[in-house]
Amino acid sequence: MEIGVCVKRVPQVGGRIVVTPDGQDVDTRMSGFAISPHEECAVEEAVQLTERLGGRVSVLTLGPPEAAEQLRDALALGAHRAVLLESGGREWGPIGTAGAIAAEARRQAATGSGYDLLLMGNEAADTGDYQVGVRVAHALGWPCVTGIKHLEIDGGQARARRDNPAGAETFQVTLPAVISVKEGINLPRYPSLPGRLRAKRAAIEQYEPQWQPEGLRKQALRVPEDTHQQATVLGTGADAVPALVALLDELGILR
Amino acid sequence: MSVLCLVELDAAGPTDSSLRALTFARGLAGPAAGGPGLIAVLFGPADRVPAAQLGRFGVTEAQVIEPEAVDGYAPQAWARTLEGLASMVLAGAVVAAGTDRGHEVLAHLGALTGQPMAANCLSAAPAADGGFTVARQRWAGLLIEDAVLDGLPALFTVATDAVPPAEVDAPAEPAVHVHEPDLAPADLAVRAEISAGADGGVSLATARVVVGGGRGVGGPDGFAPLEELASLLGGVVGVSRVVTSQGWRPHTQQVGQTGTKITPELYLACGISGAIQHMAGCASAKHIVAVNTDPGAPIVSRADYAVIGDLAEVIPALIAALKERG
Repeated sequence: MEIGVCVKRVPQVGGRIVVTPDGQDVDTRMSGFAISPHEECAVEEAVQLTERLGGRVSVLTLGPPEAAEQLRDALALGAHRAVLLESGGREWGPIGTAGAIAAEARRQAATGSGYDLLLMGNEAADTGDYQVGVRVAHALGWPCVTGIKHLEIDGGQARARRDNPAGAETFQVTLPAVISVKEGINLPRYPSLPGRLRAKRAAIEQYEPQWQPEGLRKQALRVPEDTHQQATVLGTGADAVPALVALLDELGILR
Repeated sequence: MSVLCLVELDAAGPTDSSLRALTFARGLAGPAAGGPGLIAVLFGPADRVPAAQLGRFGVTEAQVIEPEAVDGYAPQAWARTLEGLASMVLAGAVVAAGTDRGHEVLAHLGALTGQPMAANCLSAAPAADGGFTVARQRWAGLLIEDAVLDGLPALFTVATDAVPPAEVDAPAEPAVHVHEPDLAPADLAVRAEISAGADGGVSLATARVVVGGGRGVGGPDGFAPLEELASLLGGVVGVSRVVTSQGWRPHTQQVGQTGTKITPELYLACGISGAIQHMAGCASAKHIVAVNTDPGAPIVSRADYAVIGDLAEVIPALIAALKERG
């Protein structure tokens, strides 16, 4: 089967997020970049599906030329083909992003080997818009389910399960479909050395979709006000245990 | 302006996140000057609509879609229903909780109507030149985006951990109307089959006490003392992302941006450095106590209390002290 996986290059933030002085971006001078976590699992899921069922995994990203790094990461994990949709130095919103992905899916369909399944992350770690997958599905006229933690493909059908507060809910969808997944659906593998070497040499297809303005317009980013006081140190090592027990008692935990 | 708000129901009535969404939506609707103000949209039997409770949250009218029309959860059918109601009442905004279902249904509505949608909003107000100014969460709440949202109707989901649910001063019980949505068969093609949870244990999301373990636990065999401590305190074990990505513990135990958001009375974080992806999951804990060998670890500066030391020494000593206390 033909599977497209959409990934996004996001800053790899560690201890804290810093905003650039103009308030428009996350300061990434001190951070690396990575595939957004849910999408790393989408890549793994796609690779596992083609290992079981045969076929090909294409990894897609909309981003700057540097996002080729994330495409190569996905190739190293077992994806077969990489497509870079060049963002042209613009910040893309969810409607434009979905349009660019849908256009790539149509281009692929026109070659005669269209995608049977588009896998995505449930939401990007940075912007958290929670809608690109659904908008792609509508643009293509495909069914869609989001937030998936377990996926089975049988013939032209997918059974997809996600958590819900009462337990779980399962959806049956007919392929082709868009399915967005969450971390926990699998445990992504580490890239193998041959995988890395293959990824390094692989060609990357490039397209330049047309940016469009959107109805949700960022004005500024800010870090929430931190009203937190410095922690009270109860002590060192096991000597701190009496103070810790007294604290738990005071907080009403030991009832 | 009339505002539609999707209200999700569980066995006990409207979910907490839906009450928060109603509180947010009421702020957009403004004082109901004669016309319908805040319209709740619910899917289920009409006799299960908690009209009095909805009234306490400022709902002026309830539209209920009964199981004969839409049986259970079908994301596109729910969105199509909201689309029809929005044009019927000329809604200026449609609001849902920032849950799996809320995000999914509003994303469908955005796609059906071609309108933008702002996810995980904290506040919104009409802007001077049309549209709304909004503050919304990015990075699971670690960053706030101030933005302008256009769209008629404007589409919002509401952060589940930020806007506190608040009742109105002078509640009035809303009228309940049964609505018959205009649906195509394709709208019902994707539907949820609900199954019960695997175990009846205390859930991580609602546990009163969470004992957290991170890289400092050292490996899959190091969690037994944390489990023992959690059970002594009537709580559960939660872990950091590094623990689940190493495969030491299942992902269902992960606390963080890509795991579960917890809201306990006490979070005892052991051997966890406090990367922001983790803090996004535990920021709503009432009290955080960190046990860490490194006094400079980020978790120590974000905790309320800290014990500087090795968890392999501190936790067994704490267990012994609690057992002695009886």
